[in-house]
Amino acid sequence: MGWTGKFLRVDLSAGTVKVEDLNRDWARQYLGQRGLATKYYVAEVDPKVDPLSPANKMIFTTGPLTGTAASTGGRYSVVTKGPLTNCIACSNSGGFFGNELKNAGWDMVIVEGKSPKPVYLSIENETVEIRDASDYWGKSVWETEHGLKALHQDPLLRVASIGAAGERGVLYAGIINDLHRAAGRSGVGAVMGSKNLKAVTVRGTRGVRVKDPERFIAATIAQKQVLADNAVTGQGLPKYGTQVLMNVINEMGAMPTRNFSAVEFEGAHKISGEAMHEPRATDGKANLVTNGACFGCTIACGRISRMDPGHFSIASRPQYRDASGGVEYEAAWAMGSDCGVDDLEACTFANFMCNEHGFDPISFGSTLAAAMELYEMGALTKEQTGGVELKFGSAEALVKMAELVGKGEGFGLELGQGSRRFCAKYGHPELSMTVKGQEFPAYDPRGIQGMGLTYATSNRGACHLRSYTVASEVLGIPFKTDPLVTDGKAALVKAFQDATAAFDASGLCIFTTFAWGLENLAPQLDAACEGEWTPEHLLEVGERIWTIERQFNLAAGMTAQDDTLPKRLLKDAAKTGPAKGLTSGLDKMLPEYYQLRGWTPDGVPTAETLKRLELA
Amino acid sequence: MQRSLLLKPEKCTGCRQCEMACSFEKERSFNPARSRIRIFDLHSQGRFVPYTCTQCAEAWCLHACPVDAIQLDAGTGAKVVHANLCVGCKVCTIACPFGTVNYNADSGKVDKCDLCGGDPACARSCPTGAITYVDAEQTGYDKMRLWAVKTDTQPHAQA
Repeated sequence: MGWTGKFLRVDLSAGTVKVEDLNRDWARQYLGQRGLATKYYVAEVDPKVDPLSPANKMIFTTGPLTGTAASTGGRYSVVTKGPLTNCIACSNSGGFFGNELKNAGWDMVIVEGKSPKPVYLSIENETVEIRDASDYWGKSVWETEHGLKALHQDPLLRVASIGAAGERGVLYAGIINDLHRAAGRSGVGAVMGSKNLKAVTVRGTRGVRVKDPERFIAATIAQKQVLADNAVTGQGLPKYGTQVLMNVINEMGAMPTRNFSAVEFEGAHKISGEAMHEPRATDGKANLVTNGACFGCTIACGRISRMDPGHFSIASRPQYRDASGGVEYEAAWAMGSDCGVDDLEACTFANFMCNEHGFDPISFGSTLAAAMELYEMGALTKEQTGGVELKFGSAEALVKMAELVGKGEGFGLELGQGSRRFCAKYGHPELSMTVKGQEFPAYDPRGIQGMGLTYATSNRGACHLRSYTVASEVLGIPFKTDPLVTDGKAALVKAFQDATAAFDASGLCIFTTFAWGLENLAPQLDAACEGEWTPEHLLEVGERIWTIERQFNLAAGMTAQDDTLPKRLLKDAAKTGPAKGLTSGLDKMLPEYYQLRGWTPDGVPTAETLKRLELA
Repeated sequence: MQRSLLLKPEKCTGCRQCEMACSFEKERSFNPARSRIRIFDLHSQGRFVPYTCTQCAEAWCLHACPVDAIQLDAGTGAKVVHANLCVGCKVCTIACPFGTVNYNADSGKVDKCDLCGGDPACARSCPTGAITYVDAEQTGYDKMRLWAVKTDTQPHAQA
């Protein structure tokens, strides 16, 4: 129970689909989703594999609570080796695809090989087919989703697909389900494209069952109340979404601006969550239409936005007059603050582009910010950009570049290689704000010190979702720590990383952790799944997940040298705000972190650690 | 007092907790496809709309049923499908003007909302108050109140 106990193995090279039983011992050790699928992945794939080759595999995976009434129980993840980082990649998405897959009777789908021609995978309960997708290749995510629903004559069909970005090798291409929910980071969409797999469609009507229904219902009701009573999950997120942070982070001087050359953005208030609520001068309507929930989510942080119909960007795109997924904080930051753009409508346009054509707004915005800096210093010319003036603050440049990356053509495809490769090509690798090849999210590690260690040690490259110490350092959850000091941050990061991995393995959303700890997750899992699920057991599962991800990366060729930050953050002090004069104190935190993890000074898990985690 | 489900689309976030609660109540599993209440995501308008049986007083489904499998629950006012009588002919699904009676291929019978015997699971599970179970004669009360609040009752000095 919780798990369906069955998964699909799809070989696109051979054109075959097999049903297999879930390894129950692994389920006990790795729980599900990010954990269990990573276990399957590392057991089956050579760590040295070229991510875009047929030998790579990708796993669409649910957790044991996916599809249940536990709040936020609609998540799925895509686990593979990422082309942006050459590290383990695990991208998590909400919407309604994950619960549908579970309702069709499958815990996960392992996709192998490469189809000789474009195909999509059709799953209708037990009927699973690889079908021709020639008509959809080259089409956008939105065209594909609408087209497949019409083809199947089924408005309830759930679709996860890629756009041209994924087909053409934009290395931060994502997989989009339900039009605007994304397995967005690390280039999982490019892996899908390399396999000639355009989409996965799912319809499930089998139902999801739990071990002890009465206890489960009681546990989920109690925990939903905890979410409702919490100021962040009960009020802040529903009203402002993650955009609640834009003004907060800016005011504490931790807002990376213009490719991290400053830590405060003068235009932040114009692209903030508050601004999304304000009636526009032009048409008297607010950017935000409503908040919306993913499956089973009682928080409902999602933004549904409608653009200003008079905005310059929209003339050629009448479909963008309709409401769709609006900017989250990371997207508004990357395409806004980091590029110096204070035009909310332009950011919304670019966000629609990311959703329609399937690419990650964080990596896109960060890469564009680096390109803007290169342009302003003269390392990149107007001839090379296709005639576009790539200046910081240019909403026109943002809109134009979003279109080009979405098409995966010309200069857009160059930007689509991500900031590390782009900056190296134009002779300034030091301007790439990345770790392990993946672009930073929206927190400056000089003003929020724990995030420096978070980025440097994240197994999928720079990422805020692997240990969101912002919760503690800014919001005081579960306890307040000083964002400007490094003391205690190694332990904080480790604890957050392990707990987060457990949440990511459960099928629930990490945003619940603003109100919940493992002691809130455990009773729900324990009532749903075979076995005994205590907070202690879950923490061990989380640490085990973290460790096998690390082992995979080390075997793939990564070393402790890669656990670092760009020179700009280690050497150039913040010039203004509370963090003025500070650089990232990574060197003070990293050795302690390795020690707390039970790793050698070279960042390798010791034999003793592996034994403790049942990994040796 | 007879009660009625009151649906307020403006409060709905589209989370489907109601669909899970309904299917769990009826099928003991979380299966939105088997829910008697459905949420419609009108994405391009940015609206979510819950919809289910309104329990018509003169119910088309009840009158259409050739085997009298749909009967009035006098306690709640619900029109209830008696599965032991239903022959799965689907005439009620044609008769219902609102589409809220539907065939279930697994059981070979039709499914519709029966108000859970007077304690509807959907209303209990809704996190935003978009679905409530209120006095059937006062479903317009909140809406009426909104307009009442807008009524201009300031003293008119010049009147």
